[in-house]
Amino acid sequence: MAIKSLLNLNRKKTKGVIVNSKNESSFPADLMTKCPSCRKIFLTKEIETNLKVCPNCDHHFKMTAWERIDSFLDVESFTPFDEHLRTTNPLNFPSYIEKVEADMKKTGLSEAVLTGSGTLKGEEVVVAVMDSHFRMGSMGSVVGEKITRAIEKATEMQVPFIIFTASGGARMQEGVISLMQMAKTSVALKRHSDEGLLFLSIMTDPTTGGVSASFASLGDLNIAEPKALIGFAGRRVIEQTVREKLPDDFQTAEFLLAHGQLDAIFHRKEMRDKVATIVKLHRKGGVTHV
Amino acid sequence: MSKPMSFEEPIIKLKEKIDELRELAKNADVDMSDEIKTLEERLRQLEIKIYSNMEPWNRVQVARNPERPTTLDYIKEIFTDFIELHGDRYYADDEAIVGGIAFFDGQPITVIGHQRGKATKENIRRNFGMPHPEGYRKALRLMKQAEKFRRPIICFIDTKGAYPGKAAEERGQSEAIAKNLFEMAGLKVPVISVVIGEGGSGGALALGVTNRIYMLENSTYSVISPEGAASILWKDASLAKQAAEAMKITAQDLKEMGIIDDIIPEVPGGAHRDPVSQAKILKEYLKKGLDQLTALSEEQIIQDRYDKFRKMGDFIEEIVQ
Repeated sequence: MAIKSLLNLNRKKTKGVIVNSKNESSFPADLMTKCPSCRKIFLTKEIETNLKVCPNCDHHFKMTAWERIDSFLDVESFTPFDEHLRTTNPLNFPSYIEKVEADMKKTGLSEAVLTGSGTLKGEEVVVAVMDSHFRMGSMGSVVGEKITRAIEKATEMQVPFIIFTASGGARMQEGVISLMQMAKTSVALKRHSDEGLLFLSIMTDPTTGGVSASFASLGDLNIAEPKALIGFAGRRVIEQTVREKLPDDFQTAEFLLAHGQLDAIFHRKEMRDKVATIVKLHRKGGVTHV
Repeated sequence: MSKPMSFEEPIIKLKEKIDELRELAKNADVDMSDEIKTLEERLRQLEIKIYSNMEPWNRVQVARNPERPTTLDYIKEIFTDFIELHGDRYYADDEAIVGGIAFFDGQPITVIGHQRGKATKENIRRNFGMPHPEGYRKALRLMKQAEKFRRPIICFIDTKGAYPGKAAEERGQSEAIAKNLFEMAGLKVPVISVVIGEGGSGGALALGVTNRIYMLENSTYSVISPEGAASILWKDASLAKQAAEAMKITAQDLKEMGIIDDIIPEVPGGAHRDPVSQAKILKEYLKKGLDQLTALSEEQIIQDRYDKFRKMGDFIEEIVQ
């Protein structure tokens, strides 16, 4: 039994456990994982039980949406929203739906974001967790709609809205409709904000393009995980435009913090505790004036 | 006469032929007026055929024509007493965005727009109409100022996109754009945007969260440039023509998708052929839009904008058992 769980033969079939993205190469298949940062090799299990943080160099591996929910919210408090929304192919892009369906199978998600309500150390919150294993976490109509509905639900419930972003940006296959999701989510956030409610944006690796240029940057507090790639334009595009070599830490969370673009960077191991404290600090019932 | 674009070649050739014939008639002292008349009629037909049936890629070429009227050209024709206001009050004045106050038919308004140059020197000064964060922050400052004084806001969209540069990232390009989307959602005054050239992605949308969105007939609005789309989709930027069709970026496409409110017709051959007449046409649409919006209360204006963007998206609600 112990060996079986160690080998974890059914891992791919279980909901949302993916350790190896394309660039995080591993060998032998699934049993061992090589840290892309320090190149050390670990048992995959060892990394999984360490919140997917490298035990040697603290590299934060990409989490799946379900892993994030499990590590962040109170046990069994999560209720998903809007799992019935399905992607269409408005521009008739060849094999777009097939790719979406393949990622549904691979991740067990209906789209690149998982939304719902739950509790964080007893505090009621609405959360959205983007998953970069699903079409690079790109934002099309369903992602925009799920996030907007989640924000509207948080406004209705008068609770904080917390998002973990992980996205390459707007989803090209849905064209300008994807672009408009940036506006749709932002107008919903404005309403949530006008009610005096807290919005926390927690940026994880990677948060770029249209997602970075909309809700990800609109938190009352903008927080990031260590070393997360965060930026508007792609590094290669910038290098081609300005024809200069960019610093190694360009567009990392640390770079953004140094340039005044972030409130804080939280290590994954302290994420739950710190965010719970922030939520408690924003409980309604601040100073009231007569 | 502006430089012809490749799809206009048949028109140019025919025009040259007519000129030749005229010259010939003059020098040889023969009456060729019938022939010339026939050719002129054919030219008219050809112009109608080519200009009324333009392919997306041809529209991209018109939208990018260096001589196409810019924000400042339209401001000069449509508004009176325009006073340009500069700077974001934090860092700099970004000349890739211009803005200021003026009268529109006697009504004070705020007008803001992307500004590219026509010649190289001006283009460098204006960074080819590709703003840095300070450009968006200036725009937002002017919008909040307009709100304070209850002036409607007109935004002209004309950019390839927000500038992809090191300094732009350091100063928070993402945050500047995002903040505009967020704050524009709450503006208590009527806001109208018009895409007059290229509407390139987030850099365009940052002036586009408005009650009405119009597009000039030959303008484009897209999530990524045709070249960018082609290089990502097919690893080949030279397939931009195909990408322009696939990405559905023309005014006609966006009207069909229900994203924009109206297409503003252009003078034959494109706005650059007759900027003054074009400005007149544009002005009529602005007037119509403002008339509709000034009838609304502050709450209704905000609600109108919310409803507009809230319904954007294309998805299926699967029936849950």
